[in-house]
Amino acid sequence: MFDGYTFSELTSILAMQGFAGLILFSVFVLMALGLAIIFGQMGVINMAHGEFMILGAYVTYICSNVFSTYLPSLFGIYFFVAMILAFIASGALGAAVEWTMIRHLYKRPLDTLLATWGLSLILQQVYRSVFGAREVGVTLPDYLLGSFQLTDMVEVPINGVFVMCLTILITAGVAYLMFKSAWGRQVRAVVQNRAMAGAVGINTAKVDRGTYALGCGIAGVAGSAFTMVGSTGPTSGQLYIVDTFLVVVFGGAQSLLGTIASAFAISQSQSTLEFFLSGSMAKILTLLTVVGILMLRPQGLFSLKIRR
Amino acid sequence: MNFKISSFANRTEIFGFLVLAVLIVVILPLALDIFRLNLIGKYLTYAFVAIGLVLCWGAGGILSLGQGVFFGLGGYCMAMFLKLEASTPEATKIQSTPGIPDFMDWNQLTELPWFWEPFHSFPLTLVAILVVPTVFAYILGVAMFKRRVGGVYFAIITQAIAAILTILIIGQQGYTGGVNGITDLRTLMGWDIRTESAQYTLYFVNAFLLFVVLLVAQYVRKSKLGRLLVAMREKEDRVRFSGYSVANFKIFVFCLGAAFSAIGGAMFTLQVGFMSPSFVGIVPSIEMVIFTAVGGRLSILGAVWGALIINQAKTLLSEAFPELWLLAMGGLFIAVVMAFPNGLAGLYTTYVEPRLPKFLSGNGGKDADDDSDADVPLASKQAAE
Amino acid sequence: MVRKIEDKSGLLSSLRRKLILGMAALPVMAMSPLAAVASDANTTGLAVTDDEVTVGILHSVTGTMAISETGSVQAEKLAIEQINAMGGVLGRKIKYIQEDGASDWPTFAEKSKKLLVNDKVAAVFGCWTSASRKAVLPVFEQYNGMLYYPTFYEGLEQSPNVIYTGQEATQQILAGIDWVVKEKGAKSFFLLGSDYIWPRTSNKIARKHIEKLGLKVVGEEYYPLGHTQFNSVINKIRLKKPDVIYAIVVGGSNVAFYKQLKAAGIDLTKDNVTLLTISVTEDEIRGIGGENIEGAYAAMKYFQSLDNENNKAFVSAFKEMWGDDIVIGDVTQAAYLGPWLWKAAVEKAGSFDIDKVRAASPGIELTTAPEGYVRIHENHHLWSKTRIGLAKKDGQYDVLYETEELMEPNPFPEGYQ
Repeated sequence: MFDGYTFSELTSILAMQGFAGLILFSVFVLMALGLAIIFGQMGVINMAHGEFMILGAYVTYICSNVFSTYLPSLFGIYFFVAMILAFIASGALGAAVEWTMIRHLYKRPLDTLLATWGLSLILQQVYRSVFGAREVGVTLPDYLLGSFQLTDMVEVPINGVFVMCLTILITAGVAYLMFKSAWGRQVRAVVQNRAMAGAVGINTAKVDRGTYALGCGIAGVAGSAFTMVGSTGPTSGQLYIVDTFLVVVFGGAQSLLGTIASAFAISQSQSTLEFFLSGSMAKILTLLTVVGILMLRPQGLFSLKIRR
Repeated sequence: MNFKISSFANRTEIFGFLVLAVLIVVILPLALDIFRLNLIGKYLTYAFVAIGLVLCWGAGGILSLGQGVFFGLGGYCMAMFLKLEASTPEATKIQSTPGIPDFMDWNQLTELPWFWEPFHSFPLTLVAILVVPTVFAYILGVAMFKRRVGGVYFAIITQAIAAILTILIIGQQGYTGGVNGITDLRTLMGWDIRTESAQYTLYFVNAFLLFVVLLVAQYVRKSKLGRLLVAMREKEDRVRFSGYSVANFKIFVFCLGAAFSAIGGAMFTLQVGFMSPSFVGIVPSIEMVIFTAVGGRLSILGAVWGALIINQAKTLLSEAFPELWLLAMGGLFIAVVMAFPNGLAGLYTTYVEPRLPKFLSGNGGKDADDDSDADVPLASKQAAE
Repeated sequence: MVRKIEDKSGLLSSLRRKLILGMAALPVMAMSPLAAVASDANTTGLAVTDDEVTVGILHSVTGTMAISETGSVQAEKLAIEQINAMGGVLGRKIKYIQEDGASDWPTFAEKSKKLLVNDKVAAVFGCWTSASRKAVLPVFEQYNGMLYYPTFYEGLEQSPNVIYTGQEATQQILAGIDWVVKEKGAKSFFLLGSDYIWPRTSNKIARKHIEKLGLKVVGEEYYPLGHTQFNSVINKIRLKKPDVIYAIVVGGSNVAFYKQLKAAGIDLTKDNVTLLTISVTEDEIRGIGGENIEGAYAAMKYFQSLDNENNKAFVSAFKEMWGDDIVIGDVTQAAYLGPWLWKAAVEKAGSFDIDKVRAASPGIELTTAPEGYVRIHENHHLWSKTRIGLAKKDGQYDVLYETEELMEPNPFPEGYQ
């Protein structure tokens, strides 16, 4: 398939393809980070994760409308405001859901799956009633459109770079929170031994709520960022759920580093395969490989040694 | 043989079984017109899957989110046979290659792919319906249970497999009919399955198979295997240390569940008249888990009730309030999980049974019933406290 | 084909029996002219009373397809309301029963059976995806119903129980490709689609036609429905440098594809690349965003901006009923044609009987169609013009070209299979 192309053309295509893989990687990390916190740290299977993301996307949509109607002069910065609001909205909803539902179900992880599936049905219908069944378009500020021209051939999409920066920022933030802050120590303590954590005076219920809200909040930011590359509709969230779970499980549920490594592995193999095969076959092969490796190594790529 | 009926089923179970039998075989066919009855038949095909899930999930603690795969495989096997029968050279003479299914012709296939060949024969098709999904389940089971994949991981991997199979079926449309599925099925060995009389017959065949499956499931539950499954669910390691091969038992029950689902799928194809990838994917698979949960994950009769009631409610709600039924469904699932973890069957044993005349309840007395207590998972007991 | 004839003969004999019965009752009826009309208009027990006729609307209002099907439901309700305001059909007001297909094909089959068997509706306006149509087709053929199907689709089908009010693939594709070849001097094409039957069949027809013109297809790619990452295929497009990107991406994938295309610096408003699509109507642009798809060309039979009196009246009536910010796409307009075509056929037949309506349907013309003029072909598809639109930033298309003649529908194109 490479006949008749010059060397420089090929290198620039490969460079761009590598970059496409990196964008996919960022998207996967953004999707999976919230889930990795909720599922990995708390053992809760949140099937409504996609709907929390879409909540963030709708918040962004509302913001873009509000700013373009009432504050057109500030339209350029609306996206940042929207992301913060998306984090707050999804996080608040997450905290509410944790308080009403999830906290009663910690001892039955498989039941959280059913309950959150019910929740996702309800949220979808709510979105449909509020925003209509049609997909909504989010208008982006001009500086987020288009691409950087690096060389004659190599162009880098600006929104891709933006998503990557955002991913790095959020990952760094989460890493700091989990591994450096007092709150993160409490979370890890609760994960490793809930009873002991409670015994030394940690308010485990509060930590749980905070963790869940954080996971949902990150989902909201991810949804907000995805309005740049994907669609926003009542059922868009479902598109992401399988990929997201696979990324988290493949990485080894309890390890945030594992989630990032697995997002990298899956995104790179998928984008490379996509280039040589058709899109559908690439997806099948990637999923099959992941499932195959999981069968050989059920604990995922990285696993914590913890006592069960 | 010193077979005693009391060791097979207690009075409550016999009573429940009879009530269900009377409802399905007598009351519904008399009360409903053929259109509604056909729908009930369709719901009952989901009950096959739900019964399999009671064994895997309720008893064994193995939650599969990919039962749609087996339902779909069974259904596709049946559909392939019916499609070949519908694609006679005479019926398809406007095609460029007569005698092959229409969707193959549209996709420029000029001869029947090899894996379609066995489906010319009805006996081979019946074998395939049972064997293909079971073998597939066996391979998955060996791969996962031998390596001690369980719980949430098993659920997510089966879910991914459902996703893969859906993409595969849709992508290979020349061989599978793609997203449209295999449609326009007409006759089964010359017998028109679309007539009213055929639909009555199929309904009763379906009901008969359902009761056979119920009996098999009840037998498994009451056998030593059933008790081992419960033991594995509660403390897998202890069972393993007692010298049992945990993996083999899990593989067996997973295969059994797959075979049940496949029968359901095949009956679905016969009654509905087509099969499409939308029954293979994640959403139908999760819905089937939900039928089981609503009916009661510990009760095989509950599973049948769950499949019937949820689907009936879905049909009625979507006719009356097409835009609101998702809200009602979602609310119902949350309510069941939060408030009634043992579903309708749990409600029955807590509230209805104590009020029944004595000769109908459990082992004839209030306490003494060690079995029903052992059946409730530790976790839900804790939740109830 | 054989089966249909049998069906008909069965119906005919029952018809004959009813006629004999009818003759016996003739003296009684002569006294009451109204009753005579009623019995003529409905001899097969459809839900038709002296002042009302019941029809069905069957679309998804929940699930993934609700996004697309909402417009069709709105158009059908508008048409029914307008017909009722004009006095109805054969003096009867139309009453509709709406059912939800829930984006689930067996549900479509189930609901269509309910509409035909329980509600005995005189016609059904509905379905959107090919899969849903394939699922209901056996039901309509078995219970002899009439379906008006609005979507442009892949062809390869012709049922006596369906009137296809959208275009079949050749109508949309051939004119579009001829146009880009002539106007843009296109020599090479890159075919891209979502992975299911409509894009695959359409691309097959497109490839045959392109190769027949002696031009080149440099790539053909399919992505699963709902796929949202198109950077790899965009890189392939850069590598192959086609003159034309021929895109048949649907649903949510559309949004992702055009946003990423724009972000990757492939600017459709510039001259070096032409994007021709047959899957993006004004409806989809709302989700994609006009700024992302500006400069793309679409080949279909209707655009909201069509400049004629019929269309102006239609657009303003639609907005009055459903709100000012609504947009109207190709399928919405085709759905609007359904009730009108049915009304015309019923009036020509003088009866609501399915067989009479079917017999009367070929040759029915609609001069009031928003798209201009349509006529039903013997093969139950519509003669219609194909137009090329250029997408603008405000989400509307500029109509650049329309075929001079009506395009003949040809659901089974020779050699394209």
